[in-house]
Amino acid sequence: MHSMNTITRVELINTVYSKIGLSKADSGRLVESTLESVCKALEGGENVKLSAFGSFNIRDKNQRVGRNPKTGIEVPITPRRVVTFRASPNLKQAVNSGAGAAA
Amino acid sequence: MTKSELVQILALQYPDLSLKTLDETVDAILDEISGALLSGKRVELRGFGTFSVRKRDARIGRNPRTGAEVKVQAKAVPFFKPGKQLRDRLNASVAQHRLAA
Repeated sequence: MHSMNTITRVELINTVYSKIGLSKADSGRLVESTLESVCKALEGGENVKLSAFGSFNIRDKNQRVGRNPKTGIEVPITPRRVVTFRASPNLKQAVNSGAGAAA
Repeated sequence: MTKSELVQILALQYPDLSLKTLDETVDAILDEISGALLSGKRVELRGFGTFSVRKRDARIGRNPRTGAEVKVQAKAVPFFKPGKQLRDRLNASVAQHRLAA
C-alpha cells in the first residue's frame, strides 16, 4: 500500500524545490506552512476553497445513537465536527478520464 | 478561506518571498496532489489527511423528479480522509467553543 503508489510530503517538497527554485529547507517550511494554514482555518470553523482543486467544508454532526457492531450494544455518538472534501469539477473529470480510472 | 487568502497568510509568515512566488508554490503543491491522483496514486500527509481515488460501481439511479430509472456508469472519485490530528483539532476547538458558551 505504501511504496511507489503513495506520495508524501517528501515529493511535495521536491516539487516546490525543483519548480520554484527555493532551497530544500524553505521548500519544506512552505509545504508545512501551507498545510498548517488550511488546518488552522478549518479549526476556526472556516471552509477552505482552493479553486481548480476543491474545497474543504466543515460539518457539524449532532449526537446520535451508534451501536458496537460486534456486541450490538448501543452507545451514544457525541456531537462532533468533521471535515469533508469536495473535488472541483475539473479534478473530478480529470480523475475519470485520466489513467487514474484504470489503476 | 480562498486560495488568494491562503497566499496572503503565507506572505505574512514569509515577508522575503513575493506574492507571485507564494502563489506559484501553492499551485505547485496542489498540482502535485492532483497529478498523483490522476496517475492512480495516493497522497498521504501525516497530521493532515490522505487523498485517494475511490471507485464507484455502476448502479441504477433514479431521476428524483420523474422516477425514471437511469444507468449511472462506474466512475472514480477523488476522496479525502482527514488525519487523526486534524480530526482531533477540529473537535478540540468545538469543545472550547462549548465551554465558552
